Amino acid sequence: MDLRRNASRHVVIFTMNFRTHTVPAAICLGMLCYTLSASDGSPEIEKRNTNDLKAKYRRPVTIPFPADNSFTKDREELGRTLFFDPRLSGSGAISCASCHNPAFGWDDGLAKGIGHGSKQLARRTPSIVNVAWGELFFWDGRAESLEDQALGPIKSENEMNLSLEKMLKTVRSIQGYAPLFERAYPGSLIDEQTIAKAIATFERTLVSTESPFDRWVKGDEAAISESAKRGFVAFNGKARCAECHSGWEFTDHGFHDIGTSDDDLGRGKFLKLDSMQHAFKTPGLRNSARRAAFMHDGSETSLKSVIDFYDNGGMCLRPSLSPEIQPLHLAETEKSELLQFLRSLTSAEPKVSIPSLPGRDFDR
Amino acid sequence: MKNLQAASVLALMITASLSAADHTIEQKDRKFSQSQIEIHVGDKLIFTNSDEVTHNVYSATPGLEFEIKRQAPGGSSSVPFNKEGTVEVRCSIHPSMKLTVKVQK
Repeated sequence: MDLRRNASRHVVIFTMNFRTHTVPAAICLGMLCYTLSASDGSPEIEKRNTNDLKAKYRRPVTIPFPADNSFTKDREELGRTLFFDPRLSGSGAISCASCHNPAFGWDDGLAKGIGHGSKQLARRTPSIVNVAWGELFFWDGRAESLEDQALGPIKSENEMNLSLEKMLKTVRSIQGYAPLFERAYPGSLIDEQTIAKAIATFERTLVSTESPFDRWVKGDEAAISESAKRGFVAFNGKARCAECHSGWEFTDHGFHDIGTSDDDLGRGKFLKLDSMQHAFKTPGLRNSARRAAFMHDGSETSLKSVIDFYDNGGMCLRPSLSPEIQPLHLAETEKSELLQFLRSLTSAEPKVSIPSLPGRDFDR
Repeated sequence: MKNLQAASVLALMITASLSAADHTIEQKDRKFSQSQIEIHVGDKLIFTNSDEVTHNVYSATPGLEFEIKRQAPGGSSSVPFNKEGTVEVRCSIHPSMKLTVKVQK
């Protein structure tokens, strides 16, 4: 299905909620887990509960684009070209795709990113798949839109290290870009806004493809194992994962201190509230089984170690620790089933063709 | 004369007290029950958490700041609005939760 069809401007929001109060919820969850797992439970109730839960994870049918930057193929093409162009860096050697590498699921496969001068950055490079549905951007939420975010790494001295003034000079000096801009944003200048808009448009087109879990949600009972199905129930119940990793992208787009042991203030640097100290954006979980490192600081090396981390209730008790982070007391079988469920979220990465970068046409 | 002034003040206080209203804003499915509301100076908003997760309602609008701090599921908090203006209310944990409060005289 082409998600972009008839989707120049459409907003789809999915949230999940199957609990309204703590105590009744615990009872409901217990009943749900029981009915889903008990061999003598009513098949009708079991099917209805599972279907209610699955409905909260159904994929959207269109990609949301903002009213002031609606989708066109020309904008996508321009954005894709800029995204892969290393001339948008101080060294001329780093493009957006250097860190958000399509071959690594649109991240870099490293525990922490590598920036200008081969220096290690403070945080892990997040995948940009499904960013069209984002609320705030960067791990600390300092950008309010994808357009705001797009130029941040370019001008960062630690990342691509190119001032916006030099960026404009460079892009304007490459004659081959002029017709691409004219087709994408007719009558507009080649300026910071059009460059940011084009990159954001391209990034919004990167959407996870259908996984075995999605096929199960659609009704194919054989799409995932029985173990993965039990893992899905635990994910929404005892393991409490869905309290943050909710909805079809498996993120609430929220900010939480999960108790990693580093001293990075994260969201707290920009929002001076107690609960935001050491808080970072919840990453989506699709294709997480392919990641090389986890958490904002790359401190966990496998999904199994991530599950152990949450089972222990984090590593660092402090006032800002999210109340959602508590020891879980999971059995080894439950951890294994959670892992099977997370692996069922794996699908082919969104494919794009690598662009031929426009030249300067020195002979003109 | 003194008694008359005291009576006037008392009458004003009673009038203000009677005219102030409470308005409930529910937090459910990581959303506020409405995206905007118009109230009068002296009114209160009662924020109830009908969700399954913790919320942290606040306003960073200059001169009209407040913070409920963390509010557990099932919780309820009252916030008075004693100054005229437009207040942007957010949940710090869930940025999709946005409420604009217009406070009029």
